[in-house]
Amino acid sequence: MRTREPRPGSFYALALFFALFVLFLYGPIITIAILSFQGPQGGLTFPMNGVSLHWFVDLFEKQAVGDIWGAFRRSFALGLMVMAVTVVLSVMGGLAFRRRFIGSGALFYLIIASLIIPSILISLGVGLIFDILDWEVHWTTSGFGAQLTWTLPFGLLIMFAVFNRFNKAYEEAARDLGASPWQTVRFVVLPIIAPSLIGVALFGFTLSYDEFARTLLTSGSYNTLPLEIFGMTTNVTSPVLYALGTLTTVFSFLIITSFIALAVILRRRRAKLGSDAGKGMV
Amino acid sequence: MTLKGLISASERTSWLLVSPLVLILAFFLVLPILTIVVVSFWNYNEFTFFPDFIFDNYAYLLTSQVTLSTYLKTLKFMVLTWIFCTAIGFTVAYFLAFHVRSLGAQVALFLLCTIPFWTSNIIRMISWIPFLGRNGLANSALISMGVIDEPLEWLLFSDFAVVLAFVHLYVLFMVVPVFNTMMRIDKSLIEAARDAGANGFQILTNVVIPLSKPGIMIGSIFIVTLVMGDFITVRFMSGGQSASVGRVISNEIALLQYPSAAASAVVLLCTVLLMIAVMLRFVDIRKEL
Repeated sequence: MRTREPRPGSFYALALFFALFVLFLYGPIITIAILSFQGPQGGLTFPMNGVSLHWFVDLFEKQAVGDIWGAFRRSFALGLMVMAVTVVLSVMGGLAFRRRFIGSGALFYLIIASLIIPSILISLGVGLIFDILDWEVHWTTSGFGAQLTWTLPFGLLIMFAVFNRFNKAYEEAARDLGASPWQTVRFVVLPIIAPSLIGVALFGFTLSYDEFARTLLTSGSYNTLPLEIFGMTTNVTSPVLYALGTLTTVFSFLIITSFIALAVILRRRRAKLGSDAGKGMV
Repeated sequence: MTLKGLISASERTSWLLVSPLVLILAFFLVLPILTIVVVSFWNYNEFTFFPDFIFDNYAYLLTSQVTLSTYLKTLKFMVLTWIFCTAIGFTVAYFLAFHVRSLGAQVALFLLCTIPFWTSNIIRMISWIPFLGRNGLANSALISMGVIDEPLEWLLFSDFAVVLAFVHLYVLFMVVPVFNTMMRIDKSLIEAARDAGANGFQILTNVVIPLSKPGIMIGSIFIVTLVMGDFITVRFMSGGQSASVGRVISNEIALLQYPSAAASAVVLLCTVLLMIAVMLRFVDIRKEL
């Protein structure tokens, strides 16, 4: 057993600060979750005017709101597409960047640029290209590409961090035992980095699912869910907006927790199989 | 000698691995920026925009009084957001890194902080309405405590609301890199400082803050670019009353004045790149991964 120093006084002040910070992060979303159960006569603020599922029922009636279910299906499909491409390209990029190659420095800065460029520029630029070329903007083409400029840098930076901490002895051992480069990657490297790939997938899906600015001018006539919700804020003034917000946030939470659970399970399984690779953070 | 002979096999493998990435970034990042630069010299009328080589878009932009005041306003949002995000983000990261003792608890609390980042920004903005509105929780609480008699009108749809929402949305971009840098500080340095007689505050100012600087810089780069390019938070949280550089661009797009939107975008890009260039002098990003 570890001997414990007594907590310094500053600990309690900082712990209180942290608790308030968490309240600041989650408080507003909890408020709208409660208010989405407003009675049929209830408004956008407290007090609660009865408790009902009225506004959730409204969501399922096509007249009350726009095409939110179509928008949800599109966002979900797009999220999966972006996730798949982000994971695959991030792993490939991560593998490539373990060695310096001609242009690796420039490419690294291009990746950083993709992350920090104001989103509206991507939206405008991609929109302009499609306009000039007389192509039709669509969420599966222009929207897809525009979102990748946002998710790929996150995926790549995670992979860079993972490979920075990767113990090359495992690969050398595989090579010494006669594994081909592909076999080394497939049976040694990928299993070791698998939990981190869950993290990359989580970023890929959720950042796409919630993306607004880069999709604005690139999704065409069919809105994704965030665009549809933003459209609602200008003309819907009933708690149905909160009901939708609650529902999609619950959906996000389900996705996040299942990804995290999956990562934890993978990590446990790996620990049980006796490898101590990547015991550090990340 | 052929090209193949000059370039090693590993070099070719690396290029093969990054080629899809390069193609995507070329078409959806580099080409769009070049297009914006080109189109910013084009002309337009009420119906369409067409190739030309004019400086009118820039001339109008750079001489307009509105541009200056919009930039000042956006800079105000940025500076306020940065101050609050840095203060809050540093404190939270400091607590997590130095006061939470078990790694498990650190990871759990860190995840608790990052989960909102993976949910919708639009919903997170909307969720301030019941709190800040005229009849919202903040006003009711203040009235019942007797602090004010009349509901405060400036809570929602104001500059205050804009900065509050920015801090709410973007503070994680400061917490994460600062926490990451702090976790790498060798704990024996802090013990050494304590043995040498430094008190808690001296350790903070002489050891922790200097060693956390790269994290703070990375967080600052995020916050500067996110706030400078934002158009949706300002529009929604100010109720359409406040201007920002991003909103000007989005309004010009809505009016189909693409060349003038492109010129505004080029100026914004130069401003942001200039700020980042200054900040990058203090940090080597590649070392921080």
